[in-house]
Amino acid sequence: MSQAGEVGLAALALALGASVYAPVAAGYGRLRNKPAWIESGRRALLAVWPLLSLALAGLITLLLTGHFEYRYVGAVTERSLPATLKVTALWGGQAGSLLFWSWLMSGFAGAVALRRWDRDRDYLPGVILVCGITLAFFLGMTALLENPFARWWELADGAQIASVFQPHGSLPLFPVDGRGLNPLLRHPGMIIHPPMLYLGFVSFVIPFAFAMAALISGRNDDRWVRLARRWALVGWLFLSLGLLLGGRWAYDVLGWGGYWGWDPVEIAALMPWLSGTAFLHSVMVEEKRGLLKRWNTVLIVLTYCLVVFGTFLTRSGVLSSVHAFAQSAIGPLFFGYIALAFLASLGLVMWRWSEWKTEQEFGPVLSRESLFLFNNLLFLGILVVCFWGVVYPLLSEVATGQKVTVGPAFYERATAPLWLALLLLMGVAPLTAYGRSSARALGRLLRLPIVLAGAVVGLLILSGVYHPGALLGGGLAAFVAFVTLAEFWRGAAARRQRHAESWGTATLALIARNRRRYGGYFVHLGVVLMAIGIIGVELFQTETQGTIAQGESLRLGRYRMLYESLTEFDTADGRNVARAVVGVFRDERRVGTLAPRRDYFIQAQQPMTIPGARSSFEGDFYVLLVGWKPIAAEGATFKIYWNPLINFLWAGGFVFLLGTLVAAWPDKEPEAAAIQLLGRAAAGVSSS
Amino acid sequence: MTRADSRPALWLWAAGLLWAGALFTPATVKAQAPTPSDDEVNAVAQDLYCPVCENVPLDVCPTVACEQWRETIRTKLGEGWTEAEIHRYFADQYGMRVLAAPEARGWNWLVYLVPPIAFLAGAVLVVRTLRRTPEARVDAPPAPSREEAARVEAELRRRDR
Repeated sequence: MSQAGEVGLAALALALGASVYAPVAAGYGRLRNKPAWIESGRRALLAVWPLLSLALAGLITLLLTGHFEYRYVGAVTERSLPATLKVTALWGGQAGSLLFWSWLMSGFAGAVALRRWDRDRDYLPGVILVCGITLAFFLGMTALLENPFARWWELADGAQIASVFQPHGSLPLFPVDGRGLNPLLRHPGMIIHPPMLYLGFVSFVIPFAFAMAALISGRNDDRWVRLARRWALVGWLFLSLGLLLGGRWAYDVLGWGGYWGWDPVEIAALMPWLSGTAFLHSVMVEEKRGLLKRWNTVLIVLTYCLVVFGTFLTRSGVLSSVHAFAQSAIGPLFFGYIALAFLASLGLVMWRWSEWKTEQEFGPVLSRESLFLFNNLLFLGILVVCFWGVVYPLLSEVATGQKVTVGPAFYERATAPLWLALLLLMGVAPLTAYGRSSARALGRLLRLPIVLAGAVVGLLILSGVYHPGALLGGGLAAFVAFVTLAEFWRGAAARRQRHAESWGTATLALIARNRRRYGGYFVHLGVVLMAIGIIGVELFQTETQGTIAQGESLRLGRYRMLYESLTEFDTADGRNVARAVVGVFRDERRVGTLAPRRDYFIQAQQPMTIPGARSSFEGDFYVLLVGWKPIAAEGATFKIYWNPLINFLWAGGFVFLLGTLVAAWPDKEPEAAAIQLLGRAAAGVSSS
Repeated sequence: MTRADSRPALWLWAAGLLWAGALFTPATVKAQAPTPSDDEVNAVAQDLYCPVCENVPLDVCPTVACEQWRETIRTKLGEGWTEAEIHRYFADQYGMRVLAAPEARGWNWLVYLVPPIAFLAGAVLVVRTLRRTPEARVDAPPAPSREEAARVEAELRRRDR
């Protein structure tokens, strides 16, 4: 047995022990009012991350050194796999990804345990409880059901089994090579996509922990919201990044010409993002007006459960999906945990229901808080569509025995009006005020953006765009863009007037002074760009497919693709590659050469279609090699797409992330600033 | 036999040929129709999923099995089948899961009814929440006094520096 394996296994067992002890000690300390026990629980929680780091280091060592006697190593690596991919194979299978998930979670739990708890000591037991229980569940599954340190053994009757400990009378087995990593996971995008999603998932556990801690402690001010918001923003940032990278990976690797296929596992990652986005908006209402206290706890409970549900969908293999590469029998446990967590959390909310009643009341419909309530309704409306579309096939199978598929058309038709309504709200809400808004003043502010958006629609019609969806979506996107830019302009103009600054300085100072607000506006601008990209691809994508001989062409709109050559060869990493070379002509002028290819992973017996794409501001000319005749000169089949405005989607994603980063950037806590202000005021009074 | 005598026979031949043509032309045209293009096949295939490949529409699935399905679609299109008939054929052969969306009948109505009902219920809840607040009772925050405003301005200027 490898030393790295022994150390890793011991560290994993100790980490499990610490994660079980932490919530027990903190809970006992809270019940008996014994701070020493709570502190002991906190220290135990702090110990989990270093222990899991050791376990992770052990597993990575095994992966890098090719110890195929370990079941996990053999399942996700092979000798010929490059070292980088051997490391990323850590999350290429179920056992490794559960360990990795727990390691990230323990990092966040450790970070939150390390913060100064002076003012929030009454939250500490609850936070340890939630983080500890979550960790104990995931580590329990890792250690007891999906242990990455399980080894192969041959029993006396010749049967081979994987077990952590040596079964009686068995002999260790030493396979000479492994099965290798799933071909889909060998793309650079896949190296970073899962960690980002997992980071997004685990960071949403912390706001949930604060919400539960507030409910347990009975403290019903908005402090938990202020603490939770930043963690939620971090989670949102990573989840958004994970979703975007997933979209890019699908576009580059899956060879369907799109970026989002409404696959159940994609939706599983989108759902906590939707409830998290609703939470990030409604939490502002609680901070500013003291409203929606109970609703915010419900939203964060929902987000936590959707995070675990998302991991469940990916890991349990309950749904057939392109992502279901890691299936095992841990599904019922996951399901039970989600049900228990949901019921226990809702039970806590109900327990404090009357105490958390707010004294404030909503403003009129045109107030900011009312519009945020509509925003929540729309986000949850999309969430219901997604959730229902994912679970209905399972329910149908259970209830009627009939398997059904809920494909992209269902989601697109059901969610499109809701997305459009969100765009409209995104344009109106920033111009409203909390408490009240005068319809006349709002109308005055809206007039110019509406006129300009109308002009954009007119230009679209003049340029030959008549699709009602495109005109509506384009008009709304333009409206949001003008409203948002006007907000920047108004703020910068006011600063220029007050401080005599240049436009650049005034704008930068404006953003720096109110990162949260202007970060949010950047996010809105990112959404506008993404909406343009989505409208372009969803409504105006064109495609054609044909089989042509060498020297022949396929045409699509202004483009022509000339089939020049095709070569087939084997690679050292176990692929048989068929690579075509095609010339791309636009208006009969050669603009580039592309090399679409089909990789066939011999050991996994899995083909992968890698497109060739020529990107421009206008869109992508995207070519897939669908098939070819044994004698390549006879002919090959190509599928070509014209994806208009697709790059707006990626650029919008970048702006979106930038805005989230600006909004999430740590700021001086308002309370601290107020204390400083009061201190200075007092000093002024005493000196005068 | 004179030329005039031969005319009825010619007409008879012509009529016979026309009739035979009328009888056989559709079938002959069907059989000799150009092979459906890849685009026509994909237009039908994009709304189908094979039961083995996981959530990949048939028009883009690279497996051999899906290639064979596409060839079946080509054959059926060549035989004059409509898109709906081809979808029905695959659903009968392999079950409802091959269709991109469940047919709206029986239990499957739930797919289409639950989301709008849930949304409407949410909308009612929102409207009720907002209605509970009479506009007249909304109090504006008290305006800051001149001294307070000056102090805030001064502090903001100091923080800007």
